[in-house]
Amino acid sequence: MTVAATRTTTRTQGQRAPGLVSKPKQGWLSKAVLYVIMSVLAIMFLLPLIWMIGSSLKPEADVLAVPPTFLPLHPDWSNYAEVFRIIPTYFWNSVKLATLNVSGILITSSLAGFAFGRLRFWGRNFFFMVVLSTAIVPGIVYLIPQYILFSKIGWVDTHYPLWVPRVFTPVFATFLMRQAFITLPQELEDAGRIDGSSTFGIYLRIMLPQTKPTLAAIGMFTFLDSWNDLFGPLIFLNTPSLQTLPVAMAEFQTQYFTRVSLLMAAATISVLPVLVIYLLAQRYFIQGITTSGLRG
Amino acid sequence: MTALQLGAKRARRSPRRSRWRRNIEGWLFIAPVILGILVFQFAPLLVSIYASLTDWDGLSPARFVGLNNFKTLFTGDSLFITTLRNTAYFTIGTVPVSIAVGFGLALLCNQPIRGVAIFRTAYFAPFVTNIVAIGFVWFYFFQPTDGVLNGILGVAGIHGPAWLSSSSWVMPALISVSVWQGVGYPMIILLAGLQGIPVELNEAATVDGASRFRRMRSITIPLLTPQFFFLSITQFISSFQVFGLIYVLTKGGPGHDSTVYIYYLYQNAFAYGKMGYASAMAWLVFVLIALVTLVQWKLQKRWVFYG
Repeated sequence: MTVAATRTTTRTQGQRAPGLVSKPKQGWLSKAVLYVIMSVLAIMFLLPLIWMIGSSLKPEADVLAVPPTFLPLHPDWSNYAEVFRIIPTYFWNSVKLATLNVSGILITSSLAGFAFGRLRFWGRNFFFMVVLSTAIVPGIVYLIPQYILFSKIGWVDTHYPLWVPRVFTPVFATFLMRQAFITLPQELEDAGRIDGSSTFGIYLRIMLPQTKPTLAAIGMFTFLDSWNDLFGPLIFLNTPSLQTLPVAMAEFQTQYFTRVSLLMAAATISVLPVLVIYLLAQRYFIQGITTSGLRG
Repeated sequence: MTALQLGAKRARRSPRRSRWRRNIEGWLFIAPVILGILVFQFAPLLVSIYASLTDWDGLSPARFVGLNNFKTLFTGDSLFITTLRNTAYFTIGTVPVSIAVGFGLALLCNQPIRGVAIFRTAYFAPFVTNIVAIGFVWFYFFQPTDGVLNGILGVAGIHGPAWLSSSSWVMPALISVSVWQGVGYPMIILLAGLQGIPVELNEAATVDGASRFRRMRSITIPLLTPQFFFLSITQFISSFQVFGLIYVLTKGGPGHDSTVYIYYLYQNAFAYGKMGYASAMAWLVFVLIALVTLVQWKLQKRWVFYG
């Protein structure tokens, strides 16, 4: 962001030698062209989502009209009432799992990240390599033996397989937390030691509050993964009342195949929490992607 | 034990005690993650290696068959080759286009105009949207007669194909949805890269008379090669493992025209109960991904520029 800002100022100062074959100043015309291009693209990216929300507010007969329309003339909320009648359990199952995953991963990854980033103990580098080494194996390789393990201990068709293994193997998050703790100043830690804080106290009261942006980024990633997960619930759950929103929706599709407006209301409900959180915290989210992406 | 004795003991063993204390503290902090990795990743990995050498439905006792599963894959399962081919089609169709379009969007979003964050948010929105909702929408967009897409094409006088039920159009349709949904990620990575390029470089080149095209070719693209390299690896890995899109839009059809590798693996394991066979497939995909990544890693010397 800062670089972009600097660039703007240098450009407007117009420090180029005159008469060169170079890009002219950002005139109003090129700006207008830019806005048009970017708006057309934005519409292309948002159109399916607009159609989704629009259709959820239409009477069924209007949804697949030819030629297609995107916004309803008279918004009709009855689809939402009906979806809410059908889905409450699925919605709450998704909320429950997302909450367990987010809070659990924040705890385990920040504990481990703190130790790897700030404590000196025997085997630290070795154990960190152990953590990182698991990242190169694709998830699918673990999945079948995990399924066998969970069926042996009676966890298939419970919610445990959808949060316990994730909370205790936060490889990516541990890496991010370690980076966050490493960059904190030593003085902060020393001050805590002089005050007689225990190591845990230093972690919890002094260092952890300094890593809020990273915690926010990890929280968002985890929420997204958990909320949007299709594969896990599909494999591990059989009982309908335990099912999460994405799988339940995929089932709806076969059941309510002909009621498109109802399906779109369900889809909108499943997307809205994510979009709201993304809009509120996108700064952290993008920061998380860029820092982790480039160093991973 | 009296206080005096305790004190004496502590004094004598102090350096050692504190070192052990430090070690134990560290281990306690990492214990949840290390134990989790042992139980949920390392142990399953060993089971998986063994399972790939057996004929096993996951319930009855496993029967050891050596390398038979791998032999069957390569010689006795024509569907395996089909799914590999479909996966290659999907990956080759998705990865370069996503990176190229992502680069274009990143260039646009790097322009110094007001409200650029709104556009960036719009381009990125499909990325955070769940695949089932996306599947719903595109399912109706792709309908042959009353679908939205063919409706729009119809206005332009074009008679659109039956997308998802057409042998030749199903993969291009899936690739388009995949690019549309995922392109926000390369955009963000490349945008961060663009903003890291020192302004002075472009200024100096401009002073030297370099055209916009020349600056793109000689400054921007070389300086972004680490990002392009990173994306070529990560996008390959995720495209090769595509599942959700196939599950919600086509279930592998028509015929087996969109049955990709992981979807076939899923069917083997959880529909046909062939856990041993599916484990062999899982290991094979791991080896394949590792090999391609290794090749990409070796090739990076030829084109990746670290300033």
